[in-house]
Amino acid sequence: MAYDKFNILTSNAVPLSIENVDTDQIIPARFLKATERVGFGDNLFRDWRYNNDGSPKTDFVLNNPTYSGKILVGGKNFGSGSSREHAAWAVYDYGFRAVVSSFFADIFRNNCLNIGVLPVQVSTEFADKIFKAIEADPKTELEINLPEQTITLKSTGEKESFDISGYKKDNMINGFDDIDYLQNIKKEIVEFADKLPY
Amino acid sequence: MSTTLFDKVWDSHVVRKIEDGPDVFFIDRHFIHEVTSPVAFLGLKERGISVLYPERTFATADHNTPTIHQELPVEDALSANQLKALEENCKEYGISHWGLGNIKNGIVHVVGPENGITLPGATIVCGDSHTSTHGAFGAIAFGIGTSEVEMVLSTQCIMQPKPKKMRINVTGNLQLGVTPKDVALYIISKLSTSGATGYFVEYAGDVFENMTMEGRMTVCNLSIEMGARGGMIAPDQKTFDYLEGRLYAPKGEVWDKAVAYWKTLKTDADATFDEEINFSASDIEPMITYGTNPGMGLGISKSIPASKDVAEGEETYVKSLAYMGYNQGEAMIGKPIDYVFLGSCTNGRIEDFRAFASIVKGRQKAANVTAWLVPGSHVVEAQIKEEGILDILTDAGFVLRQPGCSACLAMNDDKVPAGKYAVSTSNRNFEGRQGPGSRTLLASPYMAAAAAVTGVLTDPRELIK
Repeated sequence: MAYDKFNILTSNAVPLSIENVDTDQIIPARFLKATERVGFGDNLFRDWRYNNDGSPKTDFVLNNPTYSGKILVGGKNFGSGSSREHAAWAVYDYGFRAVVSSFFADIFRNNCLNIGVLPVQVSTEFADKIFKAIEADPKTELEINLPEQTITLKSTGEKESFDISGYKKDNMINGFDDIDYLQNIKKEIVEFADKLPY
Repeated sequence: MSTTLFDKVWDSHVVRKIEDGPDVFFIDRHFIHEVTSPVAFLGLKERGISVLYPERTFATADHNTPTIHQELPVEDALSANQLKALEENCKEYGISHWGLGNIKNGIVHVVGPENGITLPGATIVCGDSHTSTHGAFGAIAFGIGTSEVEMVLSTQCIMQPKPKKMRINVTGNLQLGVTPKDVALYIISKLSTSGATGYFVEYAGDVFENMTMEGRMTVCNLSIEMGARGGMIAPDQKTFDYLEGRLYAPKGEVWDKAVAYWKTLKTDADATFDEEINFSASDIEPMITYGTNPGMGLGISKSIPASKDVAEGEETYVKSLAYMGYNQGEAMIGKPIDYVFLGSCTNGRIEDFRAFASIVKGRQKAANVTAWLVPGSHVVEAQIKEEGILDILTDAGFVLRQPGCSACLAMNDDKVPAGKYAVSTSNRNFEGRQGPGSRTLLASPYMAAAAAVTGVLTDPRELIK
């Protein structure tokens, strides 16, 4: 199933500098009861974003109108814990198209790539620069250029390159997903399976 | 060429290598449950494709099931709907389904091994990060997202770059009262929750060789908590003895051939790893966590570290301790607790109940403690009754609940209230994991039992005779 194509994204960004943000924070388990992929953005960071009575926590960054944009900048080890793809869905559904961090947990990174949210891993130094730039000016823009594999801090022109496999890059630029690929090699898969012991 | 156990299993399952991309990786056995599968089935329907090998997928309901009155209709409409979706999807595509009320029902990572679905040398995935549990049998097993569940259903493959390899050696003798859970929590406390990210771990050394299969499952289960995709242990005679005669395990001649193959599944003497880490068993005490991730753990006799002595940044560390209501420098022993949870895919097996019972036997549950004792499966539940453990628990003032994931992730009604402390044998102490505002202290069944009968955090060694 095709998803949004990703080429160059220029946007201001929402900073969340806490480390080790786990997927239980991104979306708590009690919001995983749906049988369709709808509405998860409403519960993104639910318990950091809302009080028990449903009123917004004013000190949380998503409730601060100063910050907006399609890029979420997270602290180190972003997306650890549970494999719930709902976390990536919530990030997407809220409106983010890229997440920037100095370190991602494996499964979350995979899940993002599989639904068309680009995980951009930068050096600790560059992540610090981004946080500082946003702190100084919340309207600071980042440019994420997928074909070039670069992320640029627009205010200063500082730039860093990031890793992504050629295969995944093509998929994201064209909006293809892995099932499209796998469907096309089904015959090869069946022949392979026939030779396995179990 | 010398290869590792991991290489042998991985390389034998690569259908195709994509240049500058992932491997097309074949999956032998696929577990599904009610929470992470519905959208995958929806995807199949939208694309108009079917399930390639229904006999390679096994479904159980566990994450979102009640642990009392399972014979009654599930009250929560959303949960009931999710359970119904799993049942209907399985029926439509011809997948075996062990729903509520089925004698084989239980937590996916408990029932898989119990039924011999988990085998050495196999590749196993599930939309659940604790799928790493099955690595205890020398399988490559790891958690996947829902998009990947759809891939496995439709093509029995996923697209994975091959992880790097790490070996963790623990050698020597474990002290009295130190369990596999403590070994795992100790390793995670040393490596942090991201220390093994990007790696697949092999556990080696006499500590793991001497462990029971259930202990190995506990260790491999927690591999994800240090960021590793999975962990595995070379199969040996204990593995074969555990599996022989189980429902889905090979039989007769096929069994003999399988064992001959399984015996080849070990790391060659001169094979190398990208990273190798050694620990000494004698350094490990009964462990407890004090913060909001599983890496924030220490020996029960220790005090909460100062911020200058931890890897986390000041802001993150302070936020974590504030959530827990703890201060730097405080001792853990004697801290008040409110709840005890024995169960989960980490510690919900019969040996865990035996360990818990050995401490509460002849004692009484503390009045201030609410205890939830949740077996990992109906098989475990039956063993608890057969072995007389239920009588011990009942005499000590405890009640046994019905199988499921329960308070480990608190999707059902088993939620620890805000601000309350729970000593939990599960796997995650994240903020709100056991209910909004709940505070979790991860520990072994011994530690949980000691807290349950004393009402405060207690060194379990004092209660072990």
